[in-house]
Amino acid sequence: MDASKRSFLPIPHLAKREKMNIFAAMGIRVLAFVLGMLVCGIVASLLVKDISFNWKSMKSFYYCFYEGSFTTNRKLLAYIKDLAVLLCIGLALAPAFKMRFWNTGAEGQTLVGVLAAILVNFYLGGSGNPDIALGDLPLSLIMLVAAVLAGCIWAALPALFKARFNTNETLFTLMMNYVAKYLVSFSIVRFLTNANSSGSMKSLSSGRLPVLFTQMPSIDKPGTTFKIPQSLNDYLIVGCIVLIVTVFMFVYLKYTKHGYEISVVGESTRTAKYVGISVKKVIIRTMLVSGALCGLAGWLIAQVDKSVSTESSVHGQGFTAILVAWLARFNPIFMVATAGIVVFLNKGASRIATDYSISPSLPDVFIGIVLFFIIGSEFFVNYKLKFSFAGKAEEVSK
Amino acid sequence: MSHLGNFLVDSLALSATFIYGSTGEILTEKAGHLNLGIPGVMCMGGAGGCLMISIAMNWGVPQPLIALLGVLGALIMGALMGALYSFFAVTLRANQNVTGLTMTTFGVALMKVLMVKDDIIYLKNDRLAEAVACFRFPFAGRGDKLQTLGFMFFLAVIVAVLATYVLNRTRTGLSLRAVGENPATADAAGINVTRYKYLATIIGSGIAGLGGLYYIVDWMGSNEAYKTIEGLGWLSVALVIFVLWKPWLTIPSGFIFSVLYTCANHVSSISWINGTMEDTYLFQMLPYVFTIIILIVSSVRNKRENQPPASLGLSYFREDR
Amino acid sequence: MADNPAVALEFKNITKTFGHVVANNNVTLDVRKGEVLSILGENGCGKTTLMNMAAGIYFPDHGSILIDGHPVTIRSPKDAYEHKIGMIHQHFKLVDIFTAAENIVLGLNEEGKYNIANVNARVSEIASRYGFNIDPKAKIYDMSVSEKQTVEIIKVLYRGADILILDEPTAVLTLQEIKRLFEVLRHMAADGKSVVIITHKLNEVMEVSDRVAVMRKGEHIATVDTDKTTIQQLTDMMVGYKTDLNIHRSEPVSPRPRIEVKHLSLRDKEGNQVLSNVSFKANGGEILGIAGIAGSGQRELLETIAGILRPEKGEIIFHNPKKDRPVTFYHKTLRQIKKLARERCFHYPDGSTVTFAGKSNRQIRDEVRREQVLFNGDEIMDLRYKTPLEIRNLGVKLSFVPEDRLGMGLVGNMGISDNMMLRSYRKGMPVFLNLVKPKKLGQEIVDKLEVVTPSLRAPVRRLSGGNLQKVLVGREISSSPKVLMAAYPVRGLDINSSYLIYELLDEQKRTGTAVIFVGEDLDVLMELCDRIIVMNSGSITGTVDGRTVTKDKLGFLMTKQVKKKQA
Repeated sequence: MDASKRSFLPIPHLAKREKMNIFAAMGIRVLAFVLGMLVCGIVASLLVKDISFNWKSMKSFYYCFYEGSFTTNRKLLAYIKDLAVLLCIGLALAPAFKMRFWNTGAEGQTLVGVLAAILVNFYLGGSGNPDIALGDLPLSLIMLVAAVLAGCIWAALPALFKARFNTNETLFTLMMNYVAKYLVSFSIVRFLTNANSSGSMKSLSSGRLPVLFTQMPSIDKPGTTFKIPQSLNDYLIVGCIVLIVTVFMFVYLKYTKHGYEISVVGESTRTAKYVGISVKKVIIRTMLVSGALCGLAGWLIAQVDKSVSTESSVHGQGFTAILVAWLARFNPIFMVATAGIVVFLNKGASRIATDYSISPSLPDVFIGIVLFFIIGSEFFVNYKLKFSFAGKAEEVSK
Repeated sequence: MSHLGNFLVDSLALSATFIYGSTGEILTEKAGHLNLGIPGVMCMGGAGGCLMISIAMNWGVPQPLIALLGVLGALIMGALMGALYSFFAVTLRANQNVTGLTMTTFGVALMKVLMVKDDIIYLKNDRLAEAVACFRFPFAGRGDKLQTLGFMFFLAVIVAVLATYVLNRTRTGLSLRAVGENPATADAAGINVTRYKYLATIIGSGIAGLGGLYYIVDWMGSNEAYKTIEGLGWLSVALVIFVLWKPWLTIPSGFIFSVLYTCANHVSSISWINGTMEDTYLFQMLPYVFTIIILIVSSVRNKRENQPPASLGLSYFREDR
Repeated sequence: MADNPAVALEFKNITKTFGHVVANNNVTLDVRKGEVLSILGENGCGKTTLMNMAAGIYFPDHGSILIDGHPVTIRSPKDAYEHKIGMIHQHFKLVDIFTAAENIVLGLNEEGKYNIANVNARVSEIASRYGFNIDPKAKIYDMSVSEKQTVEIIKVLYRGADILILDEPTAVLTLQEIKRLFEVLRHMAADGKSVVIITHKLNEVMEVSDRVAVMRKGEHIATVDTDKTTIQQLTDMMVGYKTDLNIHRSEPVSPRPRIEVKHLSLRDKEGNQVLSNVSFKANGGEILGIAGIAGSGQRELLETIAGILRPEKGEIIFHNPKKDRPVTFYHKTLRQIKKLARERCFHYPDGSTVTFAGKSNRQIRDEVRREQVLFNGDEIMDLRYKTPLEIRNLGVKLSFVPEDRLGMGLVGNMGISDNMMLRSYRKGMPVFLNLVKPKKLGQEIVDKLEVVTPSLRAPVRRLSGGNLQKVLVGREISSSPKVLMAAYPVRGLDINSSYLIYELLDEQKRTGTAVIFVGEDLDVLMELCDRIIVMNSGSITGTVDGRTVTKDKLGFLMTKQVKKKQA
């Protein structure tokens, strides 16, 4: 055996890290994000004819991202609204995931929330049945209740079977998404009869949110005030509601008995049984909370859109929210940041898609790329690579 | 042929998509990896195949070769996606569910971008029809519904049977199953766990990629097909539980799923149902509702032999203690 | 042994660290051909880690491994097999749903087509050569522990290993099975193979090995010939100072029944009988030991009493020492108190019976609050079919230190203070957690039991076995329990921690608690317990006095079969 030769070759092997310095960990993640954005640029230059890999073209490419979210008052408010809705779904998922319940059905739970709210609006707001036309506020509240209930039902079904028979919840909730999707298609044709020939429905006008915000300091013309139109007022209310939900979820997970039970069940069901926590009860209760918040997100979408369609109402946010929640380690405060990044990418890439006239799916490609980098970066937070030479060892930390 | 005959042949043809998707997923799961990226893999497989066909047609390659190149393209693109998944889930030990879902988001979106870009692989329906013709061997020109069963259908059956044989009757299969059941044991027995995980995922994803191509070109024969692959991908993942991780069982079970899936298309032509637009939507729900029922039933009766690979979903790190 | 013994395997200056823990520090050690070498050391001294490096599980940070005098690189178990090293791990590395033969050939690249029938034949052939009894087609999950070990040994032999390493091979075997195993090992050594046994049991070392290598705190202390040493000498080397190996056993003070189990039977999910017709009494102020081979139903028995498992039939009765003590609203509702009064369970301080006849609820409440209503006798409660939570709510202070510390007793990813909450988080304010008290309790336990931890918030899974157990036992005794059950509480602990745990159990006994102790080391059981019940295959085979029983008697009872009654 040629031991002499071997002694010069470093032999890599992995070791688990003790807890990493929080700043170093953040640094790694930021680096991953930047690298991911760089790769997005390269991919864009390959896919899009009008973008090439040079300084000028890349500059305008990255400027589009900034432009997508922050240049005008309208864009900023739209950014806040999108952030709020995505965050709300992410917050709904946090307790379920903390309990190690893989709720991949947020998409469907939100969609039935939208559907329920729109159905209520349609039949009680004067569109479907001219005899009943409730006032804006009561109508809005009933829409809320309906949406939350619908979300709860959609989440409770898989939870019941998980608790009773340990049925695979990942696939169950996933299938519920499709059932919800076709239920919506069916309902548009059968119940929401103002649908046009292409199967999409027209927006409704009743059930408006109260006007709370009329003006704000303008960001595109500093020093002046921006008069907020009524539709954008809704965006801000949505933002405020989700802000409250964020704080609620943070407290719920960290400082309440329910939150503690969720952690114990998530870590070990055997420990839960040992101290007498009813695992079934916690699973069902937590999924009801999760479904209720998805329903709430559905109501928010319904309030803003005032219509429902299978293709674009939730727009895959149920899945994106899973990644938002996971990347933030289910911490509601961190989730504001992760959701912010995802919406930023989404808005920027949508802008690029329209500017360069390519498929509206482009944002998801970019989100996928950046997420891959961030997921990969977790490895360097949790593990370190060691190189040992025969006879002498050297540690390389990355 | 009668309505019923058309319907059954149609379903039989579709079942190949499920056979490819599920067999690919089974191989991956046998290595202990729940790959939720299969829908993305199938999409990208389809895109890869179409890309190859598009290029081959531009070059004027002879017809039979076009089909083969398409298959190769799907295989390679699927395998690349599998390699990507393995890199994250095996080497970087990332959470499998999150990696899989990101793969699906990424794969589905990238395919959509690729498929509608006219300068890349856009196959107009007339050119696609030309491509479809290449896949019609051996029943080409029969004129009835049977001709829709192309060689890729028979390839799917062969792949499923072969996968069963490899898993149960070879040393490689034994090692692969051991990796999925108990990687620490496999490792101690001198099996290269990482290599098996990579190979199983890459080969599995390649096979699933074929499913995507088959669906777009062979079954739908329409450039609108990309819109619905994702759902088929999820059904393929669910089918794995139904067939108890046995690839050959995907052949009959895939057919059952296909019957449920295609009946929505045939509803309007069956007089006694008197199908309307909205009924179609209800029928489209069927395969998903059926899957849910299967999930419940299989969880109620759980037998020792019918369990998923024991280490499914967990990443393996030898020095963990 | 040969006069000029050839060295088969040599470790040279091996160092291995895990994070900040130095598992092996500059260890140099050799294994000769044709010998049985024992590696002796306490839990956590690094003996398994060292051998894992020869087996390719770990890779050394520094130093080299030599085989027949040549340095080799063993990066994987496969490399180890190529150098003819085979290791039988303490936790068997077998695939449950495979057959014995499938497990044995797993990972081998033999010539020719894979044919399981040929493999079955060869396995049977090896088994008969060494005198093993095994069915190659049997599935692992149907096998006993001893059979699984046999599969592991045949697996190593099938691969032609010349150096066999066995990690704690006797921990789970009966006395007879141990004798058989040792015979086989001696036979192999005579065959020219090198056998290494990792163990912490001194008597086995003396019985089977030619030489003993003693390790302590990651370092190799010395290697001595077995026939030139004594148990005391080995112990001193192992522990590092002159030891006084006496466990303190106080005299029980007025023991009276606390927990009574009658005809308890339990089946597991697959329908196997795990406990059959178990009856015994545990007294307050006494330590009741439970002896038996691992897996005889001890764990299930404790879990059933604790309310985690649901028995098929039988009774679990708790005697609450309430005689002449006042009833309170803390554990009883008004309705329950009225019902008990109708059953004439109470008396007033002057001795007259409580009837509550003609009294309003308000008057009754008043009397109870003034502690005027006293129990006539001890309260008897049925704990059967009650969940751990319901048991707590009844006011029964039943503490349980489970065998599985991280999987059941503690939550690995939570800190000490969060783990303190497990038992008490329901108390206090509605909805919100009380974070102050658990933190205080955690700090008290850390101070009192000298737990080594970076902070109260650091995840407990990073603590060593001994510290982990201190945290768990500390929490369980903090509620001043009436019954304390402990399953293998010293498994994997170093000697100092073990003695601390024994002392804590004895202290609980002195305060009148009924202590139930499941142990594996017969010497400890005989030194610590007042009474010992012995279990085999889910039945009780005997109850003996801990002070007078002999080891042989215990060993006999542990393997005695109870005739199953016809149902």
